[in-house]
Amino acid sequence: MSKQINIVNSTVVPIKMENIDTDQIIPARFLKATSRDGFGKNLFRDWRYENDDEQQPKKSFPLNNSNYTGSILVAGKNFGCGSSREHAAWAIKDYGFDVVVSSFFADIFKNNALNNFLLPVTVSDSFLQNIFDAVEKDPTASLEVNLKEQTIRISSSNLTEKFDINHYKKTCLLNGYDDIDYLLSIKKEVEEFEKHLA
Amino acid sequence: MAKTLFEKIWDKHVIKTIEDGPSVLYIDKHFIHEVTSPQAFKGLEQRGLKVFRPKQVVATADHNVPTINQHLPIKEELSRKQVQTLKENCEKFGIELYGLGHPYQGIVHVIGPELGVTQPGMTIVCGDSHTSTHGAFGTIAFGIGTSEVEMVLATQCLLQSKPKLMRINVEGKLNKGVVSKDIILYIISLISASGATGYAVEYAGSAIRNLSMEARMTICNMSIEMGARCGMIAPDEITFNYVKGRQFAPAGKAWDEAWAYWKTLYSDADAKFDKEININARDIEPMITYGTNPGMGIGVSGHVPALTEIDEKEKPSFEKSLLYMGLEPGTNIKGKKVDYVFIGSCTNSRIEDLRMVAAFVKGKHKADDVEVWIVPGSKQVEKQAKEEGIDKVFEEAGFILRQPGCSACLGMNEDKIPAGKYCISTSNRNFEGRQGPNARTFLASPLTAAAAAITGEVADVRELISTALEVE
Repeated sequence: MSKQINIVNSTVVPIKMENIDTDQIIPARFLKATSRDGFGKNLFRDWRYENDDEQQPKKSFPLNNSNYTGSILVAGKNFGCGSSREHAAWAIKDYGFDVVVSSFFADIFKNNALNNFLLPVTVSDSFLQNIFDAVEKDPTASLEVNLKEQTIRISSSNLTEKFDINHYKKTCLLNGYDDIDYLLSIKKEVEEFEKHLA
Repeated sequence: MAKTLFEKIWDKHVIKTIEDGPSVLYIDKHFIHEVTSPQAFKGLEQRGLKVFRPKQVVATADHNVPTINQHLPIKEELSRKQVQTLKENCEKFGIELYGLGHPYQGIVHVIGPELGVTQPGMTIVCGDSHTSTHGAFGTIAFGIGTSEVEMVLATQCLLQSKPKLMRINVEGKLNKGVVSKDIILYIISLISASGATGYAVEYAGSAIRNLSMEARMTICNMSIEMGARCGMIAPDEITFNYVKGRQFAPAGKAWDEAWAYWKTLYSDADAKFDKEININARDIEPMITYGTNPGMGIGVSGHVPALTEIDEKEKPSFEKSLLYMGLEPGTNIKGKKVDYVFIGSCTNSRIEDLRMVAAFVKGKHKADDVEVWIVPGSKQVEKQAKEEGIDKVFEEAGFILRQPGCSACLGMNEDKIPAGKYCISTSNRNFEGRQGPNARTFLASPLTAAAAAITGEVADVRELISTALEVE
């Protein structure tokens, strides 16, 4: 897993669907592994293949459309709702995406993504529509996501929008820090706190 | 300063807040299960860490377990391995495991409350989005990912940003045939599957206060289905009476102290919420979902929305959803044929749910071409159902009482709904493929599901309980 994110410049894979839940991203029957690896091959499994058969790709699904490539996934609002399975973030990352763009993310998915150095970028409804329109017009249209500047730009039109991310998480992503490193570093404070809880 | 219920618990558990960042939140109880924990334990091993507070962790096996012949080894190799890995990890790290065969085994969100592990005022997490269930006791309880499971195992803490606060007031008396599942399906249909994202939701009002703990758990359980970080209900006498005397509940002097504290856990009269929604209980009828997210719900006497009722932007998702479900826009849902009835899951598998179904079906028999699975939430629920003779009622009705587990809620274990078949289900998610590839789900209350079991189609339970029986 590549840690650290700064600038991602890439073409995109657009999935113009709202409320994409984590059961679609990775169905429960693929959650039986005891390691974090290899979930990418089952990403969007039931939307990708007919009859659960890798020999029968659904032509209309964007992941099966060779016009769409790149490390940025773009999807409709409320992306990642439903189950808390981190396997969804692992599958997206393992498939090769570094950024997911939507107009709205479910909370748990967003945290899971951030903990895996997969950057969730929340844009306005109109900007999301602009991305879909640009890619529909030209599948090679690319986006530039700049974490440090907190900007996302549609290269073909130069249309740019700022996005929000809390300062702490931004620092973690830019430097490759995990939350757990921080929490372990304050162990004494936790022990002190426990004495006064109860 | 006036505080909400959420703020009272939150403030007590924040160790510190990072400038322009999240807070360090102390976690009282951590539930784990076989699916979302193995990678967390592996992470601990790679870092050479122990579990920081193993006594604050409780484990069970639920997602992968079969619900018949639990005494035999699990047939499916990967499921068996995952359950075995949990056992090994619990032994290695000194965590109490209520695994297969243990009298306390069951769905994690059923056993926590029934054992008295879940208590008012706590912070509770689990690598499972339905952890919101425990909020029914006046706790901050929420689902987390596996990286966060690892953090809690290692430090008993999480980094969390404080959510916005929403209160949903449900006032008045419920209509005949309407139960708590209908309340929450109604709320989600009103505010959508993303309507509470970013919020902690407190449920209040006389209709909520009058509910039993089991019924309150059903409501809090589905908070995540509208995106809420957690759902909660202020504890009261009903809560205290439920907790008192349970296995891990405080007793004696400890009970008196806990009780005194728990009584302070409510939102102060002038506490501020970012958003408030008021609902009249009289407006709620038995609910059912027609689509592929839990926000796509309607009253059972209603119709699937017509295309003209759908926002232009939402049309692609709506049409995909109806195509999957094999339903036409604008048509009635009542009378739609069902093939399977699933009564179970962390939403509706508690003893009260089983009693409700038994009271309704007593003396009736299921329709011929319907298969009915009743899956108790825990070994204790199963035991109690047998002691009360509920198993006999089900047997006479042609229902199958299975063994405890998540079962057909999530298409992970052996219990799956076949492709193309319709299942009326008391679970929490109607997502595509949730109950098995291409399975079609109608979410409903245990009563509405039982009505479908008897008639073989989506039915209005109110028409079936007119005189013989009043089920509140």
